[in-house]
Amino acid sequence: MANDKIDLTVEPGEIHALLGENGAGKSTLMNVLYGLLQPDDGEIVVDGTVMSFKSPRDAIAAGIGMVHQHFMLVPVFTVAENVMLGHEQTSGGPVGFLDRRRARRELIEVSRRYGLDVDPDAIVEDLPVGVQQRVEIVKALTRQVDLLILDEPTAALTPQEIDELLAVMRTLEESGKSIVFITHKLKEVKAIADRITVIRRGRTVETTTPDASEEQLAALMVGRSVILKVDKDRARPGDTVLEVTGLTVYDERGHRAVDGVDFEVRAGEVLGVAGVQGNGQTELVEAIMGLRPPRTGTVRVAGRDVTGARTKDILHSGVGYIPEDRSVDGLVRDFTVAENLVLDVYDRPPYGSGLRLNPDAITAGATETIQRFDVRTRSAEAPVSTLSGGNQQKVIVAREMSRPLKLLVAAQPTRGVDVGSIEFIHAQVIAERDSGAGVLLVSSELDEVMSVADRVAVMYRGKILAIVSPDTPREDIGLLMAGVSPDE
Amino acid sequence: MSEGAGAAAPGPERSGGKAPPEAPRERATHRAGSEPTFLQRFLRNIWSANTVTVTVLAIVLAMVIGAILIIVSDPEVLAAFGYFFAAPGSALRESWAVVSDAYANLLKGAIVDPAAVQGAINGTNSWELVFQSISETLTYAAPLIFTGLAVALAFRGGLFNIGAQGQAILGAIGAGVLGFALNLPLLLHMIVALIGAVFAGALWGFVPGYLKARTGAHEVITTIMLNYVALLFLSWLIIQEGIQDPGRSDAISKPVDSDSYLIDLPGPSLRANLGMVFGVLACAGVAWLLGRSTFGFELRAVGSNPDAARTAGMSVTRTYVLTMVVSGALAGLGGAALVLGTAHNLTVLVVGQIGFNGILVALLGRAKPWGVLLAALLFGALQAGGNRMQSYSGISVELVTVLQALIVLFIAAPAFVKTIFQLRAARAARLETSLAKGW
Repeated sequence: MANDKIDLTVEPGEIHALLGENGAGKSTLMNVLYGLLQPDDGEIVVDGTVMSFKSPRDAIAAGIGMVHQHFMLVPVFTVAENVMLGHEQTSGGPVGFLDRRRARRELIEVSRRYGLDVDPDAIVEDLPVGVQQRVEIVKALTRQVDLLILDEPTAALTPQEIDELLAVMRTLEESGKSIVFITHKLKEVKAIADRITVIRRGRTVETTTPDASEEQLAALMVGRSVILKVDKDRARPGDTVLEVTGLTVYDERGHRAVDGVDFEVRAGEVLGVAGVQGNGQTELVEAIMGLRPPRTGTVRVAGRDVTGARTKDILHSGVGYIPEDRSVDGLVRDFTVAENLVLDVYDRPPYGSGLRLNPDAITAGATETIQRFDVRTRSAEAPVSTLSGGNQQKVIVAREMSRPLKLLVAAQPTRGVDVGSIEFIHAQVIAERDSGAGVLLVSSELDEVMSVADRVAVMYRGKILAIVSPDTPREDIGLLMAGVSPDE
Repeated sequence: MSEGAGAAAPGPERSGGKAPPEAPRERATHRAGSEPTFLQRFLRNIWSANTVTVTVLAIVLAMVIGAILIIVSDPEVLAAFGYFFAAPGSALRESWAVVSDAYANLLKGAIVDPAAVQGAINGTNSWELVFQSISETLTYAAPLIFTGLAVALAFRGGLFNIGAQGQAILGAIGAGVLGFALNLPLLLHMIVALIGAVFAGALWGFVPGYLKARTGAHEVITTIMLNYVALLFLSWLIIQEGIQDPGRSDAISKPVDSDSYLIDLPGPSLRANLGMVFGVLACAGVAWLLGRSTFGFELRAVGSNPDAARTAGMSVTRTYVLTMVVSGALAGLGGAALVLGTAHNLTVLVVGQIGFNGILVALLGRAKPWGVLLAALLFGALQAGGNRMQSYSGISVELVTVLQALIVLFIAAPAFVKTIFQLRAARAARLETSLAKGW
């Protein structure tokens, strides 16, 4: 059961934040509201009328619109074409011509009325993410919706774009639209929401106001008090453990994803890589790990050149790797927890040597690791797919950190993970740092980078624009993330 | 129009076009690897079924359909059904008589004939006759164990080895040629011939494995092609001078040296031979390989999630090649079991259909070594019993082929259908969300 007797009331002209951890049931609730799922019990009342939505079309007809986390726009179409798509106006009868002019006129009218500035003739793929999102919102508004559901709208935005989005939301609120704002980011909720409904494990925990402190909101989300700040001492950097020079990497489409990057990570420090997703972070990490051949440049781990080396050799030379997508690259779904815990050390003693595998040692090792890293599982022999997302991530963290490391490469280590597990994983990363390993932390969550890292490298279009202190104001880092160099 | 809109609005993650660098990079998170392939889903579905109940039901259901086929193919019984309303009893009686006679002979031919037991006790026939049926069953089962294991192992490694047939043919050639070309002492000759089969089969598995690893050529296509190549090579080979039996004008090779025979276990009058023993050993070997070897760990990891395997430092391409080599070697042993065990000559049809039946055996055995053993025994029993059914009840042995096919169909079809529906559901869900997102 994803939703258990949830109550949610949204008043006209209010911004209502729906706050909850991943897997708390936020998306399920919204999919019910939007007609994608049918409730087993309970009802949806719009303006005093009980409604039943069989499909999103019914929901739109009732005035409910939704902007998903991942936009659905045709990249090669213009803004106007995207807005009219699915809602085409024709002139001259049922098999007439597309009435582009009317669509364009409607679009301009809506964007004027709500101050949503978009160029109707721009090609969508040329627009920044923040503007693409605005197109989605305009698209919803041309369908005359009264209630707009925004699902994690800030996930892919730079801090400046987030500010613009919040301003747009305020404009809409003033013109009488209601907004349901789904998020797990406490700062944004406090900044914009009129009321906040917190849900946990499919139940409504409380509806509160933004006067509640971040700590209180986090505690409501998790069900216990949490430490939001990462507890750490000053870094004591030692020798260089990772040295990247002139690294250039191409992606599978032949684009230069990483463009001449230089940096180093010292033992005992965390270097955070901030940046909006898709600016080459994935390719950078894959090149370091030997998963993607670099075009030029070198990668040195603890002084040894490992450019183009096999992934296995890099891992075995004391590098731990937390890949950014655990279900694709991190875990073998059909394997047990124990087998996943040795996925990159199964061929080394005591787990195996030569052709011989030692299942008893694997189980014994797993039992100990599960305890040490507090992985919640029925047993070491349970398939890893039966674990929650946070515990699956802990399996990867446990696997990589249960051997001595010189360098830890952590890509999005807390994506899609509950607050409790985030706390735990951050503590583990800091512990690894304090035991003398260098850490390269790549994250598109700026908060995560700023609270965990000792130095912050900002990546934009494959380049590292600057390496700054985590005490740098958010606005300055935000500008860097948007590609504005400090010296410009 | 919104269907059209949804379909035409694949969104940035599937556009493949040149998105600006700041667009969310969906490719990494939406790669093909994040969704299980058809084969992975299919195997998962086959495993998730209650194997014992489903298998028993499938066998019973196949027998019922087989009974109907027996009835409709018998003109006399069919004639009795012409008077069904006048004398329903006679039609049913006759149907029962013919079906029960056929299936009784099937059982007698597969397991044991009670008359032979009686005769042995009374001293009218030898005890060997008692074991005749079970010996035939084991004889037919042995090659199927090898090809079944070959296909099952490839399944576990995420590969669909349709080429067990060709690999078995190569194995038969390897064993056969070494069997008549050399002159070695007993046992040693057999071992050398078997090693020849292993190498020949492994070579025929290596080629598609290497092509897949190197160029990405799909193993289903390449193995099917290589089946033809193997068959045509065999047809050509056995009419060449030095290979063809000089005393014969038809396409048949010289007989293999009797020192290379797989030794008949119980005695010369029974056909069961060492092949069965090697088959059981191979099952144990594959079980060990899959569960207790580092190679098996790699094989299963690559078969289940190649992306994660690669990220953990395994070589996916090397594992594909090795999997196909081992699979081919096993299938090659299947061919050798026929040549050295029963046929003793190379002919065009020497390996029969063991490669393709191996696919059925692997499916029926749920791609698990000991499951393959049981499935091969069942298929062997049906084949042995079918021979007796043909000669004693006059029912074509082809009925057995129908029964085998039906059993596998009833087991594999639900998983197959479920997989198709899952894929359609997954696609529908994607379409639905894209509809939602595209308004």
